[in-house]
Amino acid sequence: MFGWLTQTAALAALNLRSLPRRPGAAAVAMSGIAALTGVFAGVLSMASGFEKTMEGSGQEDVALVLRSGSTAELNSRFSSEQADVIRYAPGIVRDAAGEPRVSSELFWIVNAVGKSSGTEANVALRGIQPAGYALRKGYRLAEGREFTPGRFELIAGRGARNQFAGLEPGQMIRFGKTEWLVTGVFEAGGSVFESELWCDVNVLQSAYQLGSGFQVVRAQVDGAAGRARLEEALDGDQRLAVDVWSEEQFYSEQAEDTTALIRVIGIPISVLMAIGAIFATLNAMYASIAARARELATLRALGFGSLPAALATLLESVALALLGGVLGCAIAWLALNGFQASTLASSFSQVVFNFAVTPDLLAQGVTAALVVGLVGGVFPAVRAAMAPVTVALREL
Amino acid sequence: MNRFTLIWRNLWRKPIRTVFTMLAVLVVFFLFTVLEGLRIALSLSDVGIEAQERLLTSHKVSLIMMLPAAYQSRIARLPGVAAVSHGTWFGGRYQDNPEFAQYPVVAEEYLALNPEIKLSSAQRQAWLANRGGAIVGRPVASQYGWEVGDRVPLRSSIWTRNNGSNVWEFDIEGIFDDTDAGMNAGVVLFHYDYFDEARAFGKGTVGWYVSKGDGSMPIENLMASIDAEFENSPAETKTNTEAAFAQEYAQQFGNIGLIVTLILSAVVFMILLVTGHTMAQSVRERIHEMGVLKTLGFTSGSIFRLTVLEGLLLILPVGILAMALGRAALAFVSGAMGAMFPAGLHVGTQSVVLGLALMLAVSLGSVLPPVIRALKLDIVALLRTA
Repeated sequence: MFGWLTQTAALAALNLRSLPRRPGAAAVAMSGIAALTGVFAGVLSMASGFEKTMEGSGQEDVALVLRSGSTAELNSRFSSEQADVIRYAPGIVRDAAGEPRVSSELFWIVNAVGKSSGTEANVALRGIQPAGYALRKGYRLAEGREFTPGRFELIAGRGARNQFAGLEPGQMIRFGKTEWLVTGVFEAGGSVFESELWCDVNVLQSAYQLGSGFQVVRAQVDGAAGRARLEEALDGDQRLAVDVWSEEQFYSEQAEDTTALIRVIGIPISVLMAIGAIFATLNAMYASIAARARELATLRALGFGSLPAALATLLESVALALLGGVLGCAIAWLALNGFQASTLASSFSQVVFNFAVTPDLLAQGVTAALVVGLVGGVFPAVRAAMAPVTVALREL
Repeated sequence: MNRFTLIWRNLWRKPIRTVFTMLAVLVVFFLFTVLEGLRIALSLSDVGIEAQERLLTSHKVSLIMMLPAAYQSRIARLPGVAAVSHGTWFGGRYQDNPEFAQYPVVAEEYLALNPEIKLSSAQRQAWLANRGGAIVGRPVASQYGWEVGDRVPLRSSIWTRNNGSNVWEFDIEGIFDDTDAGMNAGVVLFHYDYFDEARAFGKGTVGWYVSKGDGSMPIENLMASIDAEFENSPAETKTNTEAAFAQEYAQQFGNIGLIVTLILSAVVFMILLVTGHTMAQSVRERIHEMGVLKTLGFTSGSIFRLTVLEGLLLILPVGILAMALGRAALAFVSGAMGAMFPAGLHVGTQSVVLGLALMLAVSLGSVLPPVIRALKLDIVALLRTA
């Protein structure tokens, strides 16, 4: 009763062993599928990399206070009096000296020249208060020193330094009328902050005549409960019209517009390509069967059954698809994983991110390849099984 | 039986293979067309002639910084300037749709500077007469289903009204067509006076100035003289042509577009390779038959022509159909997403030529080598191949 199983195994082994002797057809089926999985993993690794950067930026225990209705820091605005009201509100964690762990900040945009494009791009120049460093997970000064409060000095995020010209420690860089000294380079756990330049918020106010107001207040809160208390207190205050965000939620919403766009474009393209790859595989498999029609007929004349002939053909197609899928994923991973790029995000500033070819994407890519292999192999398999032996034997 | 019948029969001798090859070609050239359209739209390189002659002056530090309204008269006084007007980014969205372009402008001045905005004179009069009126580019009006006489609310992410609300309402007084595919193609224009009076902050400022030279000096000199006028003032400026400005903005999304293009070229190349291989194989399978044809009196030349024509017939009609379908798909998408692609999604002559060249390359590239090799053999050698 295991006859057909052993037959299938024998035929499949025969098919696979003879592959190197017909490299053309095998390579053709494989390269089509490799292209499909490579593009699938490549395009989506862009979305997943961007998402990873944005979502790694927010922390659950940090609250973001913005002007009511603002969906980005850039559009928010309030006076220094309002910022003070927020600073001493309940729900905010205080340090040993009793000072609230709060950084009132400005999020400003300056033009810097992209290293690869050679054209000007919007880069975020963020004015922070001393507590601002500790509010970012994984903040670490990588090179040089921190800026001195009160001076026209700034530190550059690692991503910003890599993507834009003139941000090496010790260099002077001019934004409008003001010249700034770059004193150091910082890291912040691969988050969106690494795309920014940081300086003293009071210096930024005076540099560009921004008055004494702020755009955003970042505060450490005691978890979701602390944030709820803060929100309740601020909602009840007549002097304010603000929204309180969890920083985590804020950045994941910021990520959505861009990643949705990449996926809306990337997924239909991948689907169309998969259809194209199926046709190509079908063709290659039919050709492979046609080329071996006599061989198959001979085997069947020797007593091999139709089912084993069909299964062996299907197995060949799936094996080729698997090889192609793995090859495509490997190429995408080698060429793109960790590749650094930047784009204009919904904050209206450049966000630097690394392509992330995640295990998830690789698994999806290989699965897509297997589906293509199955669909592309099934009809040729039926053909291999159904071909009348006598006719096939007579064929030249 | 004439030559064409012979080609036609040959083409369909293995119908399954032919159909699948055609389908693969259909998918590839459909994808090619759609992606070309996207690439062109994302690079904003397709702007018209007006945008190349108009100048755009913005704050030197960045586009988000406002310029004093008083700069207008200073620009107007500069020698070589024919006209000047201004715009401001409003940052509004309709319902839950993504943000798109709206500018508060001084109506008559702005329309005079932007002749590509085609508005009927009745609608123009109606707009001028209504302080809270607005005109809308056709792509946006058709996406959101707006008609003249509608009152539409836009929620601004930037501008708050005196009463603390972010929602501004406008009466649609006109729907215009734009012939230039520039920064006015899918915009909502409304009155600056109304806007300036009603906004809670930033009064007396504008986002950017648009100007046009009178032709008396080169455009580069004019740009330099505008920027020189405001040097060392609190708000220094940066002037560029509108077209260059649009391209610089597109560059900001930059390397992503390039990466997508690279990945997709790789794919098109691979799938064409697959198709080409299949075609070449089917020529090789027929070498024996070429011997038969030669025996019957066909010359090498006529066999060559038959085979090459068959290769072209396999690729070209389907490829051209695919590009036509791709264009239809682009037209459909730009109609449904007018606010996102106000200038529409198009492929130009260049893309069509490139597509045709690809089709020729794949059909000739795969058919010629085996045919030429085969026809070098004599009849006996041809007949001996199985």
